[in-house]
Amino acid sequence: MIPPSFEYHRPSSVEEAVGLLSSLGSEVKILAGGHSLLPMMKLRFAEPEHLVDINRIPELKGVRVIGDDIVIGAMTSENAVIADPVLNAKVPLLPEAAKNIADPQVRNRGTIGGDIAHGDPANDHPALALACDAIMTVVGPNGTRQVPASEFFLGTYWTALEETDILTEITVKAFPQGAGYAYKKLKRKTGDWATAACAVVVALSGSSVSHIRITLTNLGPTALRAYDAESILMGQSINDDLIRQAAAKAMEICDPAEDLRGDAEYKTAMAGQMVQRAINEALAKAS
Amino acid sequence: MAKQIVKMNLNGQEIEQLVDSRTLLVHFLREQMNLTGAHIGCETSQCGVCTVDIDGESVKSCTHLAVQCDGCEVKTVEGLAEGGVLHAVQEAFYEEHGLQCGYCTPGMLMTSYRLLQDNPNPTEDEIRIGLSGNLCRCTGYQNIVKAVKSAAVKLQQKESATA
Repeated sequence: MIPPSFEYHRPSSVEEAVGLLSSLGSEVKILAGGHSLLPMMKLRFAEPEHLVDINRIPELKGVRVIGDDIVIGAMTSENAVIADPVLNAKVPLLPEAAKNIADPQVRNRGTIGGDIAHGDPANDHPALALACDAIMTVVGPNGTRQVPASEFFLGTYWTALEETDILTEITVKAFPQGAGYAYKKLKRKTGDWATAACAVVVALSGSSVSHIRITLTNLGPTALRAYDAESILMGQSINDDLIRQAAAKAMEICDPAEDLRGDAEYKTAMAGQMVQRAINEALAKAS
Repeated sequence: MAKQIVKMNLNGQEIEQLVDSRTLLVHFLREQMNLTGAHIGCETSQCGVCTVDIDGESVKSCTHLAVQCDGCEVKTVEGLAEGGVLHAVQEAFYEEHGLQCGYCTPGMLMTSYRLLQDNPNPTEDEIRIGLSGNLCRCTGYQNIVKAVKSAAVKLQQKESATA
């Protein structure tokens, strides 16, 4: 399988890349890690006339701390996320969850920004971004804007990005002191997408919940945040009954697509299990 | 019209080639450079038989464009042996029966090579996780893991012999 013909462009700055996106017309795609785009091109699901390769733009890679903000370059690879000391210390959900994405070779190429910008509900970073209250920095021909994760994912393969935009950074805050976290992903084998997955971040004040996020992967047209499930636990001292109630609330918002991983009923049931496991694991880590 | 000049260091040699931008690295290696070590398997970045080393990282060359390697150092299984002497990883796979049909072997060798460069003394778990992007349809995993352990010992002995 060989992709259809295209013109290859390799800008060395974001400015140059945005200029190319604006000038090349509508049949242009950004090439990040390529592990979603190139397979789609092989199958002719995507037939761009131009590829803009943003792999050689140094400013898009790596993790920086600016005041309270942890700024992750969109072209930071999954393996770089896993190894990053700042993320491991301050937002440990991201490196831990990234270990569940694809396989070691793919994680060398696949990037956090590509995973988010692709808009695939099966990708893991959208739910993680929701769980971390991430802010997306988007650069387009009219300048830079910030889009919260809660407003970024609009539908399957549909995000707040315009055709001439580049997602440049993902900004998160350090977790609250003593926060617990977990990402539970049911998958059939290494490298698979989730049958159902759930991210949880929880912080306690005494024994009651002072902060909680419950988000879901591959259980609807986009990543989902289970607000009603969070409300059941917020301010409460968590017990098994409350966890079951929260899982039931999370299952109510699930609308998964049927595929080889199972039908909607099975996936929704598994979502309930992943939610319960993630809450339990996150609580065990919280202090 | 979509052709580009690509320069890279391939197995220690500087090369310069005219490449169609849509050419995947694995096709470039096999068809243009006649290096047929990297195999074509699933073509969807699942199986790992096409694994090569690009700038010190294992990459699946079926899902990477040759033009993206401009200015890079690329190593294939043909670049492992030096002066007709097998690399320790190759020697270990041979001794420990780390191959049956051999189809997955070039990918297994290249992933194991990089794994041991990055982590010279891996645990069994680390080996299994490290090789989780390479499939062996003969299911000969036990001996593959044994081979990687043996290669780790060989490489450490070589290291201490030269130190």
